[in-house]
Amino acid sequence: MTRQQVLDLYFMDARSKLIDLAAFIDRVERANGEDDFRMKALREALKNLSNEGKEKAKQVLLTFSDPTTNPIAAATTKAACGAFPGVMK
Amino acid sequence: MKYIEPHAHMVSRVTDDYVKMTLAGCVAVCEPAFWAGFDRSSADGFYDYFCQLTEHEPKRAAKFGLPHFSWLCINPKESEDVKLAEDVIALIPKFLDRPNVLGIGEIGLNKNSRNELRVLEMHVDLAARYKQLILVHTPHLEDKLKGTRLILDVIKADKRIRPERVIIDHVEEHTVKVVLDAGMWAGMTLYPESKCSPPRAVDMVEVFGNERVWMNCACDWGVSDPLAVPKTALEMKKRGHNAEAIDKLVFQNPMKFLGQCPKFKIPGVQV
Repeated sequence: MTRQQVLDLYFMDARSKLIDLAAFIDRVERANGEDDFRMKALREALKNLSNEGKEKAKQVLLTFSDPTTNPIAAATTKAACGAFPGVMK
Repeated sequence: MKYIEPHAHMVSRVTDDYVKMTLAGCVAVCEPAFWAGFDRSSADGFYDYFCQLTEHEPKRAAKFGLPHFSWLCINPKESEDVKLAEDVIALIPKFLDRPNVLGIGEIGLNKNSRNELRVLEMHVDLAARYKQLILVHTPHLEDKLKGTRLILDVIKADKRIRPERVIIDHVEEHTVKVVLDAGMWAGMTLYPESKCSPPRAVDMVEVFGNERVWMNCACDWGVSDPLAVPKTALEMKKRGHNAEAIDKLVFQNPMKFLGQCPKFKIPGVQV
């Protein structure tokens, strides 16, 4: 596909998702309280979208990922939450 | 269009889904053993589940003309209890000769704990001893990168396992390359929120190629779509991929991987 074709096919969907994302951030900021690690990770991940480099989706995923390499001592939960609590710049 | 659904948890789906899948062109469905949403209380629970996967569910699928295949294991979410895992793994050989069993799966990690790793190693050993295919679940969300690396290390360390007989499922943009570089297969799971979307899966195929990759829906008891694979085929068509390219991803590739098990045969379907 040419860039024009990609834009024709996906621009409206991407625009809609961006507005949803912006509205989510507005909603968070309207609510009382502090950001937790998830919101901090999301704000950090957003910076990847403005980068010149390629693989933005990969970089966003890496921002949310646990970068450690050793297994944890024991699993005390079953679910993941979407962001790693330990990594904040 | 005909397609193979390589990963769907049909025990948690209604018969409407079988109708829809068959109408959409599904010619075979494969079901790994998974977490039911609650922890089973004993190995007996798994015994009953394995009977469900190898006796009841194939009969249910057959009512819709759909061959059903299964994989067996104790899933990563129930692998913190190593004693239970040992008891369950001891049951598995009794089922390996059943006609619809393709291999060991979906093994892997969940929270990347030491016990989960031990249980993963036990499964890999079982697969090696009984020469079974392996289907791997990689962890969700923030745990996926670390878990994928740990899983690959375990499998690569066992020299009895040939990489082309392993599918690492639920890859995303940050894990797909390391899986393919290891010579294993990469599964792209089309599942809302926690895994891939159809456009992202097609992006990965366009970037990393269409060899040793498959697509699946992993539909289960959560919000998920049993038609995610044919919808992704439509996504490919929208982008101008031809019928041959689509067929390779949704039929030929799963056929190639699963066909490494001699039991994987689809009556009446020309390969």
